[in-house]
Amino acid sequence: MWSLENISHSIDNWLYNTFDPTVAMLVEFLVVAFCVIGLFAMLGLVLIMMERKVSAWMQVRLGPNRVGPGGMFQTVADTLKLIVKEGMTPLNVDKFLFNLAPFIVMIVSMVVMAPLMFAKGIQIWDINIGILFITAVSSVSVIGILMAGWASNNKYSLLGAMRSGAQIVSYELSAGLSVLSIVVLTGSLRISDIVNSQSNGWWIFKGHIPAVVAFVIFIIAVTAETNRAPFDLAEAESELTAGFHTEYSGMKFALFFLAEYVNVFIVCAIGATLFLGGWMPLHIGNWTAFNHIMDYVPTFLWFFGKTFFLIFVIMWFRWTFPRLRIDQLLNLEWKYLLPISMLNLLFVTVITILKWHF
Amino acid sequence: MAFLKNYINDVIGALRSSLKGMRLTGYYALHHKREKITQQYPDNRNELVLPERFRGEVIMTHDEHNEHACTGCTACELACPNGTIKIITKFEVSPDGKKKKALDTFVYHLELCTMCNLCIEACPTNAIKMAQTFEHSVFDRNKLTKVLNKPGSKIRAGVE
Repeated sequence: MWSLENISHSIDNWLYNTFDPTVAMLVEFLVVAFCVIGLFAMLGLVLIMMERKVSAWMQVRLGPNRVGPGGMFQTVADTLKLIVKEGMTPLNVDKFLFNLAPFIVMIVSMVVMAPLMFAKGIQIWDINIGILFITAVSSVSVIGILMAGWASNNKYSLLGAMRSGAQIVSYELSAGLSVLSIVVLTGSLRISDIVNSQSNGWWIFKGHIPAVVAFVIFIIAVTAETNRAPFDLAEAESELTAGFHTEYSGMKFALFFLAEYVNVFIVCAIGATLFLGGWMPLHIGNWTAFNHIMDYVPTFLWFFGKTFFLIFVIMWFRWTFPRLRIDQLLNLEWKYLLPISMLNLLFVTVITILKWHF
Repeated sequence: MAFLKNYINDVIGALRSSLKGMRLTGYYALHHKREKITQQYPDNRNELVLPERFRGEVIMTHDEHNEHACTGCTACELACPNGTIKIITKFEVSPDGKKKKALDTFVYHLELCTMCNLCIEACPTNAIKMAQTFEHSVFDRNKLTKVLNKPGSKIRAGVE
């Protein structure tokens, strides 16, 4: 049967049969890098378009509708504009850090993509600590943000970066704890094991109420971690003009913008993998006919469908809720999300030990 | 114990109000075709629908006998925050020989007007109102200084 897995395997076999292993490996590195960069560009175009359309619909507007059919090529036009713009470096900035920061943020989002499983058998790097790798590496992006804020030599940028640091550090706790609750249920940190453990039902269904609570906390925490409204204090257009990327323009600004959207994609992909079964099709109990039909839908469609559903939910948050104050933000994390997720982790552990989950 | 009860109530209340808000925006997202309020202006210039309270410019209403309701009391001129309105009055002699103050020229500087509606609220006789016209661009600034009372118009009988 036709599948992405077969294609990648045949390419892999052909490369290793034709060249010697070192060359084949290098060629594979290049192919993977090309694919990741291509995915980045596509995600940037698609997600920004989606954001603009979703926001327009929720605010009873039309959204972009001039460039191309239904405004579909608006983001392409915007990207072209950003590419031809001058990449200006202001006079009094720390030039090295200023130019380095967007690339750090960008590279972090690229590296985090490595252990993600996009379809059955499509994974860049199947390491046994996949989910730990993701949580560890994704927190490096705060260094890029702090670097941008510090190097800009601008009080708004510095304030935005500091807020972003405080926010990411505190919300990573509850995101990590809700990830941990699924790790407890699965008993493995490897992404492929986590996905395979959901072949008879997704964790959000199998894990009873604690899994649902963990899912809700995860979604709230990652919304804060990606610095999106209602937790966008780091950018806060009305207070800090644009936060840490106030001084950036042209392609360097575009890299920050792109990294923000790709981060949204990545956290939603993690959420889909952990709670909604990754590429696993929807199977309901003993309905064999139904399950069989679901198996015919390609696995990458399942993965991207779930991920885009979660992205839509996060966009839905953004266009519904007003921005929180910094004290409200920290209250929410330290007084509500963290105690609840700790208690929830305890419940999940009890469920796992007593084998109450399906 | 009371603390715990408040805490749980807080969490439930937060979830409920969040879902309430998301239900409204979700409704809009699903019904955006029916509910949309954007006017695609240059394209639908002929069938443009403006809201009732839209403020385009100040005009003076005249009836079919070319009569207006302005007494020249200058209430609008006093109400205007930035000197948009200048009223020049004259003295009219009524048939029974009394001299009476009346409107001569109602000068309206559109280029200064901020459409704040204070003159319309100040007018005791409802002589002026806001029109819905809004395409005011001209090449000569002098064209923006308008005289609102039509030539030859006079005050409607019975308006004091």
